[in-house]
Amino acid sequence: MSFLITATVAYLIYLVLTIGGSAVLLWNRAELVIGAVCAVAAGALLKNRFIGKNLRMLNPARWFAFLVYLFPFFFAMAKANIDVAYRVITGRINPAIVKINPNLKNDLSLTILANSITLTPGTLSVDVDEKTNELYVHWINIDPKVLKDMPRDYHPICDSFPDWARRIAE
Amino acid sequence: MTWLPVIIVMLVCIGIAVARVFIGPGAPTRLVAFDTINTLVVTSLVILAMMFDHVIFVDVAIVYALLSFAMTLYVAKYIQGDKF
Amino acid sequence: MGVLNTISYVFIGIGLFFNLVGVIGLHRFPDMYTRLHAATKCTTFGSIFIITAVIVQSAGIWALEGAYPSQSVMCIHAVLALVALLVTNATGAHAMARAAHRSGEKPAKAVVDDLQEKEND
Repeated sequence: MSFLITATVAYLIYLVLTIGGSAVLLWNRAELVIGAVCAVAAGALLKNRFIGKNLRMLNPARWFAFLVYLFPFFFAMAKANIDVAYRVITGRINPAIVKINPNLKNDLSLTILANSITLTPGTLSVDVDEKTNELYVHWINIDPKVLKDMPRDYHPICDSFPDWARRIAE
Repeated sequence: MTWLPVIIVMLVCIGIAVARVFIGPGAPTRLVAFDTINTLVVTSLVILAMMFDHVIFVDVAIVYALLSFAMTLYVAKYIQGDKF
Repeated sequence: MGVLNTISYVFIGIGLFFNLVGVIGLHRFPDMYTRLHAATKCTTFGSIFIITAVIVQSAGIWALEGAYPSQSVMCIHAVLALVALLVTNATGAHAMARAAHRSGEKPAKAVVDDLQEKEND
């Protein structure tokens, strides 16, 4: 099963990359055959690396959630860039590295959350604790309220992104 | 649509980032500046492809993005002191 | 074609502004982590807008002039280049920050450093 998924994904990427090679049809026959051979080879070589044992990402509802997630993500990203532009011009910074515990269980959701944190307002994920799934976040302009209690509140950093990551990948 | 001023501004950006590569200080800062240059070069290649109407430049840009990502990962691994 | 040109010029303006802010931030900020903030976010965002302008132009020519193969291929490949740039930039920033912290680079003017406390334990 994992071999089949890997080979299919490789073949689809190949087809998108070689589109328009022939004027009459979208692909000519030699391209299709060579791509199929290469996709089978890639699937046989990489089947244990690409997808693992867990097949829950095949559910189309998760892909739909991912597409919906792109809209709030893009707005947060635009806000982040205006914020960073303001800090570049004024030079007003107050940085710190804080530890947050987003309560996520698997690697894919943690990856999505870490990438979202990197691209959204004023924060940058630095390190991850693999045992407890805690993230260390560099924060460019810290909120003094967060510093008071030790299990840090993650809502000022990445307000509802852990819920989105849980919805997509858990 | 004229693309020449766009590519000139991109070249100015790349020049400013190259200055940071030479000033330093320290390996991590130089790596950050180098990664910025890679992103700007990928964008410039896409602009050049539109300017000269050569599709092959976009393919070069895709391969450059992926290879520069591998370069960044390996240099980062070297800086943090891991064995390969 | 006029509307498409206007959209492209607006996108290129936004993109060039953010690219310039990113590389100026490389010189304005005091230490490696804040420079990484400026460099990663601003250049990624600017590149999204510039490549989107290229996509809009080539898609416009493709739609107006029919099956013109070079422009259609350029449109699809530019989308792929954008996806490659988005996926690799955030991950690369993460790798660089982690490597810098493990090599002993301290965040300048930092108020709290939880990661340093963990390494001291």
